[in-house]
Amino acid sequence: MKPAAEVIYFDNAATSWPKPPGVAAAMTDFLERVGANPGRSGHRLSIAAARIVFRTREQIAALFNLPDPTRVIFGANVTEALNLALHGLLKPGDHVITSGMEHNSVMRPLRALERRGVELTVVPCAGDGSLDAAQVAAAIRPHTVLVVLNHASNVCGTILPVAEVGEIVRARGLLLLVDAAQTAGALPIDMQAEKIDLLAFTGHKSLYGPTGTGGLALGERVDIRRLDSLKQGGTGSRSEREEQPEFLPDKYECGTPNVTGLAGLSAALDWLQERGVASLRAHEMALCERLLNGLQDIPGVTVYGPRAASRQTATVSFNLAGLQPSEVGLRLDEEFGILCRVGLHCAPAAHRTLGTFPTGTVRFGLGAFNTPEQVEAALRAVAALARGH
Amino acid sequence: MEEYAVILVYSTTHALRIEKLLGERGLECKLIPVPRHLSSDCGICVRLRRADLEAARAVIEQAGIEHEGMYPL
Repeated sequence: MKPAAEVIYFDNAATSWPKPPGVAAAMTDFLERVGANPGRSGHRLSIAAARIVFRTREQIAALFNLPDPTRVIFGANVTEALNLALHGLLKPGDHVITSGMEHNSVMRPLRALERRGVELTVVPCAGDGSLDAAQVAAAIRPHTVLVVLNHASNVCGTILPVAEVGEIVRARGLLLLVDAAQTAGALPIDMQAEKIDLLAFTGHKSLYGPTGTGGLALGERVDIRRLDSLKQGGTGSRSEREEQPEFLPDKYECGTPNVTGLAGLSAALDWLQERGVASLRAHEMALCERLLNGLQDIPGVTVYGPRAASRQTATVSFNLAGLQPSEVGLRLDEEFGILCRVGLHCAPAAHRTLGTFPTGTVRFGLGAFNTPEQVEAALRAVAALARGH
Repeated sequence: MEEYAVILVYSTTHALRIEKLLGERGLECKLIPVPRHLSSDCGICVRLRRADLEAARAVIEQAGIEHEGMYPL
């Protein structure tokens, strides 16, 4: 195996790597010097652990322009957050609208809820994955309660018109849930300006924290009496009662949290704030534009999605004529040290929209630590495979 | 001897929010385990000088943070 320094890591859409300096150190520091259970005991180390969790909550709230940090609910990952929102809000007889570009972390809970009497409309997207907000408006029925959209496709990066849909959703008195798995940290997100009521995020992709972190941010329009908890258990609060507390964040956070992970996420958020989401976006857009142009210049390469850096995240899907994605992925890894993800990317609906189901695509997911030289090396590698070498 | 009071809160998160707000306004406080005679809870509460209690109450209510009660120690 090549040493880490020699690989070209183009799988940031799955999880970002490497992590910023300070992330591993913050996790080690927690384990070696703090280590206690937050919110349970009243001693100094328990309070020190609680401070780490609270500071991370404040950082997330600030990042998404949410005034009240107690409305940030931490969980294991974005999938858990989406399950909390969907299972917590939707009841039999309710109608929910989603797009034709969703990941299975949205589609599978929705299909499960459909079997329990929730009505589902999937608004189709164009061949490049884009969504016409007017079609969402047209799908609204009297019993619609929620619109759920991914902010950007995990397959080809297409950015959906979240703010435009937010406007429509709010005018009709519904709620908007956004799956920000691919965008939290990669694009500026302002929950108030974009009228996002629930934002599901992951800590380990463009927030550059460790795996096992993520959560759900609740805007002020979300009435927590209407959002059921997914799990019940110990919270360190109201211990005399056998019912789950009704206040935030304890209603939705039970069991000992991943403080080690949150310590790492907090350090990553410090780094993110220092670098700035806008400047990281500019860096990724420049890499993405070169990658898109370079790929399209190679005979036999088909690129999917908007093919415009301004309309997508730095995630690019393509295929090579005459080669299976799995073969391309294996050869990129073994012959060129380029690590990417091939196949269906847990998003069969999105691949149907793009016309790449069931074969899938080769996906390059760029991130903050990729360089122009790596993009050039990857383009040379793809060109060599396309020539049949 | 200094006289203290405690603010009982619903969760550690609220205690940390209150601690931050009071600190920003120069009202000294400390997070301590909830005294057993006040609650069966296993969490923490905010201890402050009894003389600062009314000022703290105003800050907390203005910020809209719910609390379980304020008690002299």
